[in-house]
Amino acid sequence: MNKVKKMFSANIRELSLVIVMIAIAVFVQYRSGGNFLTVENISDMLAETAVLAICAVGMMFVIVTGGIDLSIGAIMALGAMAGCTVLKNNQSMPIIAVIGIAMAVGFVCGIFNGVLVSKLKILPIIATLGTMNIYRGITYLVANGSWIKQQEMGAKFLSLATGKVLGINNLIIIAVIVYIIAGFFMTKTRTGRKIYAVGNSEESARVSGIKTDNTLIMVYTLLGVIAGLAGTLYVCKYGVAQGETCTGYEMNVIAACVLGGVSINGGTGRVPGVLLGAILLGILNNAMPLIHVSSFWQEAIRGLIILLSIIANSLIQRNVEMKALRRRNI
Amino acid sequence: MRNVSDYILELKGITKIFPGVKALDNVHFQLKQGEIHALMGENGAGKSTFIKVITGVHRPEAGEIFLNGEKVEFKTPKDAQNHSIAAIYQHGTTYQFLSVTENIFIGHEKMTKFNTIDWKQMHKDAAELLKRLGSDIDPHTNMGNLTVAEQQIVEIAKAISTNAKIIIMDEPTAALSKRECEELYRITEQLRDEGCSIIFISHRFEDMYRLASRVTVFRDSQYIGTWDVDGISNDVLISKMVGREISQIYPKQQVKRGKEIFKVEGLSKTGYYKDVSFSVHEGEILAMTGLVGAGRTEVCQGIMGIERPDSGKVILNGAALQIHHPSDAMKAGIGYLPEDRQKQGLILDWGLGQNVTLSTLEKFTHGSIINRREERQRSKVLLEKVKTKALSVYDKASSLSGGNQQKVIVAKVLSSDIKVVILDEPTKGVDVGAKAQIYEIMSELAAQGYGVIMISSEMPEVIGMADTILVMKEGRVSRIFEGDEVKGITQEKILEAAMDM
Amino acid sequence: MAVKEIVRQAVSADGTRTIAAQRDFSWKRFILQWEWMLVLMLVIVNIFNISASPNYANAKNILNASRDFLDKAIVVFPMAFVLMLGEIDISVASIMALSATVMGIVYQAGCSMAVAIAAALLTGVICGFINGILLVKFPELSSMIVTLATQIIFRGIASIILETKSVGGFPAWFTQVAAGKFGGMIPYVLVFAVLEALFFAYLLHCTKFGRRCYAMGNSVTVAKYSGVKTDRIKVIVYTMTGLFSALAAVYLASKMSSVRPDVAKGYELDIIAMAVLGGVSTSGGKGRILGASLAILVIGYLRYGLGLINASSQIIMIVVGALLIIAVAIPSFRTSIGNANWFKKLKAMGQKK
Repeated sequence: MNKVKKMFSANIRELSLVIVMIAIAVFVQYRSGGNFLTVENISDMLAETAVLAICAVGMMFVIVTGGIDLSIGAIMALGAMAGCTVLKNNQSMPIIAVIGIAMAVGFVCGIFNGVLVSKLKILPIIATLGTMNIYRGITYLVANGSWIKQQEMGAKFLSLATGKVLGINNLIIIAVIVYIIAGFFMTKTRTGRKIYAVGNSEESARVSGIKTDNTLIMVYTLLGVIAGLAGTLYVCKYGVAQGETCTGYEMNVIAACVLGGVSINGGTGRVPGVLLGAILLGILNNAMPLIHVSSFWQEAIRGLIILLSIIANSLIQRNVEMKALRRRNI
Repeated sequence: MRNVSDYILELKGITKIFPGVKALDNVHFQLKQGEIHALMGENGAGKSTFIKVITGVHRPEAGEIFLNGEKVEFKTPKDAQNHSIAAIYQHGTTYQFLSVTENIFIGHEKMTKFNTIDWKQMHKDAAELLKRLGSDIDPHTNMGNLTVAEQQIVEIAKAISTNAKIIIMDEPTAALSKRECEELYRITEQLRDEGCSIIFISHRFEDMYRLASRVTVFRDSQYIGTWDVDGISNDVLISKMVGREISQIYPKQQVKRGKEIFKVEGLSKTGYYKDVSFSVHEGEILAMTGLVGAGRTEVCQGIMGIERPDSGKVILNGAALQIHHPSDAMKAGIGYLPEDRQKQGLILDWGLGQNVTLSTLEKFTHGSIINRREERQRSKVLLEKVKTKALSVYDKASSLSGGNQQKVIVAKVLSSDIKVVILDEPTKGVDVGAKAQIYEIMSELAAQGYGVIMISSEMPEVIGMADTILVMKEGRVSRIFEGDEVKGITQEKILEAAMDM
Repeated sequence: MAVKEIVRQAVSADGTRTIAAQRDFSWKRFILQWEWMLVLMLVIVNIFNISASPNYANAKNILNASRDFLDKAIVVFPMAFVLMLGEIDISVASIMALSATVMGIVYQAGCSMAVAIAAALLTGVICGFINGILLVKFPELSSMIVTLATQIIFRGIASIILETKSVGGFPAWFTQVAAGKFGGMIPYVLVFAVLEALFFAYLLHCTKFGRRCYAMGNSVTVAKYSGVKTDRIKVIVYTMTGLFSALAAVYLASKMSSVRPDVAKGYELDIIAMAVLGGVSTSGGKGRILGASLAILVIGYLRYGLGLINASSQIIMIVVGALLIIAVAIPSFRTSIGNANWFKKLKAMGQKK
């Protein structure tokens, strides 16, 4: 009994997210006349959310170190654009090579961000604000004002986003693989724990012999690589690559992390939480059209839900602390 | 002829230069196998820098380090760890959001045969280590939920877990209560008996006498000397540390107690303190003491409106005050010198002058424009009066030693028109020389008819300075010693009131 | 007076120590100001512009060009205050959009233009106030997150109101505000921006309020313990930012002679970039209005000049991004070289000789 109670209190954050999700699901299921909780719709929704979820886990690494990366949208666009440009001229290319190119581009962009933050000690928000402009500008240059359309990508490439394995959409499978690796990485490896150490206290980490600069470069590079992958999946899903791809996407990704309980001040955040945060955003995106919320309202409602959930979370937190204080019995 | 390997650790001619400052100047140190060696000196004497040289955090510009007679060079903290050296730093280097287990094993996690982290084994080992140290901390709890003393035990467990043979403790007792100190002494001696050599840095003579067999003194970045603890007297040691004789540590003036000036009635805040009442008279020094965590600081923060109390009255000169914010308390005439001078008292990046005037800007403001000349002049006068060691009002607060920083805050508190002053641990981490000056100022304030409230954990200071002693225990006033009771007071009596007996 | 008395007695035991209340003028300190770097950049940008287009170098042109970037400049100064507090406001562009939208529908509903403008300003004030209050009531939430959420909400409300429509047909005098010039030379908005800069410089550098803002940026805790009403200041600064965002929105509407819910998209990042290039630290406590003003000119004229040579907007993005990074990196680069071991050895060798 005590154990169960302990488990509840340790996972209160994730649990409250699940409760919110269930509440929304029940409400939408009722209002949409049963169109929400169907296998087909849920599968669609998860496929839609997969890209965001993949990005969010990368962003989580960075935020846990106490940083932030505003350039993720631009890296996604640049990586995808580079991959698709090569693909356009070389239709027979294997899909994996396209992804490889995008990830390599992301790798370079990420390392650059990491060096700016760790070696040159530029505040992450400023450094990535600058590189966001740079990467986006380069994307436009690569795109040269034109779009890469579905026909130019070829059916084989596009099948990546539509194809299924065992009846499950490829995107979902990729996201699941990314999450399993990320979960393992963060809890079971030394390198993963170093990320938490740096986020808790950079000074302490340095004094206890952790090479903090390397850890910082690593997380930004990881994010870059993940963004490269996600960017490719994104253009594959929507069938078009252009200079504007993923503009403003960074805010969605950060919102997913925050909803998932990653503290923007660093040091805390868990992989399952981030997944739930991303899915919650995905549910909102999927559910609002289902219950005929006008598209003009959707944006404001999404913002309001983000705001309310972070406020609710801090109220819960305060309540927990207040209870602890009462228990002191002074 | 002496055998070099008499010493497990020896440092020769260490010099460390920071931009503009010689933090260590040709310093020597010798640590014998299996001894507890006290390292003493005023703040800014270079002790902390010295420790960081030993642990590889700083690389010295000159000098040599020998381990068991063998010359070594530490390029990174990792190198020092690999040579079985561990340090417990003054400002805890803990990870607040991570579990106790993780704090112990960070950097040298236990791995399974698949090279993944073995949480089960780590939790088990952590529990064992803590048990060995006689502690029952749950290894699953977050570090941030532990008390300072518990965190220190975890840090010691961490040091043992790396199989450290040389353990350095940088002012471990600074934030501990008497009982917790005893616990720490016991663990330290246990470590020594198990074959560790320990460097113990402290301001407290009590620590040194209780634990150490030898003592080394630094002053102004230089090595002064090493003595056997049995062979050196208190006075000589102080003069070595300060560089001059200090005649009177507690310069208490006899002041006639005036009318009641300040009164607190039934102050309560859920989870922190309950039903706290006391009063202060003109010319009286009231010492608030008790164990760390008994709620002393919280009560004073409640009085000041920093964390507002749930209920209770604060009365100054017979009138109840409505305090919603520290500025209300200050306007009414209550000054507060906070406990943590670096985080609560000073803006380290600012010049001294601006620091002093921050809470009294309106005094130099004419038609909403700050008169900077007047401001500088005023802060100059105040800083000189408290005898701050500085060149100009533009000196950055971060460039001063702890004792001098404390004096700047005293000047800041005195810049307001106050009638009652609350000093929260005014001499914590302050060197002997500056301590005496702070006592003098306190005593003078009382002589001028101010009400003085001093929070302190140091019994000698409480006994030496107070007219009235208020002891808190678990958020409540446990006992108030007044008048003649104070004259014959002993440490034991105060402790009895502060602890569960 | 009594205090002086006391302390003197306490101290006179072993002599007095004097502390200088003045400091001598130091050329080194004078030269090592970030503002000189910005002046240098501005000169380089202008040389570049002149060589790019011979027509550029006339006062009328240069003054006129300022109309292009002053919509952002209006928000840079209050944003400098926000950053000074160690906070951030990502919602400014959305406040601009919402204020412009409100102005549009109020005018469309038949009210006079003056009422419409007042409604816009009121909207800005309310939005800023909401940001401020949220941050004060929930100090555990970072401003980045809160304004990220309100950013979505404010623009969302704008698009609820106007959907994809745009509102135009403002009276002629209103559209003349953006185009109008004193003596056919100096744009009205430039005069406004200069006055605004002077006002903010006065507020930040001369008043109690400004000093307290600096204090909060360095340490909210110290400021609070020193009796600074930190909550009130935070609300004022955010409200002020809302108000000036609305003013910028009015100017933008006048310039474009219509309003849409998607105006000013992405402006927040440009505005923050200008403040940061001007030497305002995003971690708080550092920065001057002069620097921010110069940075506005540097980025503004750089964009204009790149436009002169027909550089694509892509190139402009890259250049501005690179400029921001280089500008911020320079000071840290200096210290990291200064701390490098090879540099110290080199210096020591030099001193030996």
